[in-house]
Amino acid sequence: MELGTAIERAAVEDLYFAYAAAIDDDLERWPDFFLPDAVYRVIARENYDRGFPIATILAEGHGMMRDRVTAILQTMVYLPRTVRHAITNVRILASEGPRARVTANFAVYESYPADASRLLVVGRYVDAVERDGGALRFAEKTCIYDGNLVLGSLIYPL
Amino acid sequence: MEAIEKPPWTRIPYDIYTDPEIYRREQERIFSGPTWNYVALAAEIPAPGDFKLTEIGEKPVVVVRDRSGAIRVLENRCAHRGVQLCRQPYGNAKTFQCPYHLWTYQLDGKLIGVTLRKGIDGKGGYGPDFDPAEHGLRALRVAERRGVVFASFCDDVEPLDDYLTPMTIEYFDRVFDGRELRVLGYHRQRIEGNWKLMVENIRDSYHAGLLHVFLVSFGLFRLDQPGKGYVDASGRHCVQAGERRTGELASEAMSEVSTFRANLKLEGGEMLRPVPEFPGRETVCIQPIWPNLILQRQSNTVAMRQIVTRGPSAFELHWTFFGYAGDDDELTTRRLRQANLMGPAGYVSIDDTEVIEMTQRGVAPYPEAEGFLELGGTGVESADYTVTENTVRAFHKMYREIMEL
Repeated sequence: MELGTAIERAAVEDLYFAYAAAIDDDLERWPDFFLPDAVYRVIARENYDRGFPIATILAEGHGMMRDRVTAILQTMVYLPRTVRHAITNVRILASEGPRARVTANFAVYESYPADASRLLVVGRYVDAVERDGGALRFAEKTCIYDGNLVLGSLIYPL
Repeated sequence: MEAIEKPPWTRIPYDIYTDPEIYRREQERIFSGPTWNYVALAAEIPAPGDFKLTEIGEKPVVVVRDRSGAIRVLENRCAHRGVQLCRQPYGNAKTFQCPYHLWTYQLDGKLIGVTLRKGIDGKGGYGPDFDPAEHGLRALRVAERRGVVFASFCDDVEPLDDYLTPMTIEYFDRVFDGRELRVLGYHRQRIEGNWKLMVENIRDSYHAGLLHVFLVSFGLFRLDQPGKGYVDASGRHCVQAGERRTGELASEAMSEVSTFRANLKLEGGEMLRPVPEFPGRETVCIQPIWPNLILQRQSNTVAMRQIVTRGPSAFELHWTFFGYAGDDDELTTRRLRQANLMGPAGYVSIDDTEVIEMTQRGVAPYPEAEGFLELGGTGVESADYTVTENTVRAFHKMYREIMEL
C-alpha cells in the first residue's frame, strides 16, 4: 500500500500523535521515532525563511538524539515542568514509494507544578516520513517555530 | 574580635534587580550614557539601503547603510509625532516613510519629504519658519572595529578603541582578524530576570565549573583546568578564558564538585572536539564588553550575545552566530553542531537562563537583603585562576560608581 492513500494518512497521523505522546510523557522513546541517520532540527522561522543554517537544536542521527535525552534527564539544570504537544493539520504533500513529505502544525504548552500553563511555541513541521519495515519513522524532521522570541528555555524537543 | 570593614562591592543590594527608579537611572547613565553599545555586524547590512532594527538598552534604533556606504544608527521614531518608523526587523530601503502623515527621510536621517507642507489652496500647511533640517531623525555616534558596529547616544564618549582598552582588543581581534564574516543566524530569547544577572553570570567563570554539569562532565570546562579572569582597569570589560585538556583525569579537587559525573558518555561527542582555529591555547573565551555585548567563543562556535533590557525584571538575549566566508563545509558543520551548547535549548545556556530566572524569583521579594561576593578575597584585579569572584566584584565597584549607590 502506498503512502498518501486514506489509510496511510491515518497511519501518518498516528505517527505524529504517538511522537507527541513520547515527548510529553516518555522522553527516552523520542529517538525511536526516527531512522538511525535522520536529521532533526528545531529552527526559528526567521532563520529558516532567510536561509540561515543555525538551529536551536540540531541532532544528526540516534547518537546525538540520545545525547539530547541524556542532557535533559541528567545534566541540564532547570525548573521541572511538563510540556504538552498539540499537533494538527497533518498533510501529506507528496509521496513516492516508501517516502512521503509531510507537514503539520504544532502548539506546545508548558506547565509548572505551582503555576499556570502557558503557550511556549507555535509552528510547523516540514518532515520526511519513511516506511521502515512495518513502522513509519521520520527520515528528516524540521520544526520551525513562528515567533522568533523564545520565552525562557526550550527544554524538550518539539 | 573587631569586625573588619569590607569594601562595598563585596555586597550586592538586592533592590538593584527590581527598583524601577534604579532601572530608569541605568537607562540614562549606562545605555544612553558615555558607553559604546554593540548594534550590528557590518556583514549583516552589506549593501546600501540594508538595515536592521535593534535596541540599545530599551531604545529602538535602526542600523542602516546609507547610499554613500556609511553605517548610520538612527532613533526609530518619526520626528513629527513619534511613530515607530521602520517596522520590519531587517530589509532594504530607499527611504524611510512614516505611515501616519507620510514624512519621509533619507537613509542618513535627513527629512526630505513633508506631505502638504504648503497646505491646500493656500490654507494650512507649515509656515515659512518651518525648516526640515531641524526635523531629521536623531542620529547616534557610530564606530566600527573590524566589522563590528557600535553606537552611542553620548556625544562625549571616548574613541571606541580607547574605550575597549588593549586587553579587550587583544582577544577581540583574534576573532575579528580581518577575515570576511558569514552570518549563520540568530536566536532570540526572553529571560525573566534583571539584565545585570546576565552580566554577573558571564563574568563568573567559577559557576561554569559547578553549575554546568554538561561542561564539567564532558571536560569542556573544569575548575582544575587552566583558566583566567581578566578585567581592565576601568572594570568595564573582561576576558574569561579556559583551556580544555582532553584525556586528562580529573584532579582531587573534582571530588568536591558533586555535579561532576565521571560515568556519563556522549555518543555524538565528536561534535564537541575543537579544531584549533584562533591564536592562544584557550578553547573557550568569553568577553563581556560593557554594557550590552558578550563576545562568545566556545570551541568553534562564535557568537555575539546582545543584551536588550525589558524593564527591571526581564531582558532579551539576541544571539548572532557567525563564521567566516572562507569556511569549508566541514568547519561550518562543526560550528552548527557545537551551537547545540548555546541558545534557548543550549546544553549549557539552559542552566544559565534557568538560574537567572531562579535568582530573580529569589531576590525580588527581598529587596532589603544582599548578596555576598568574597570568593578569592575582596579585590577587583585580574586573576590567573577561576575560583574567585574578582570580575564580579569589579563590575559592582564600577556599577556603584556610575550609579552613585
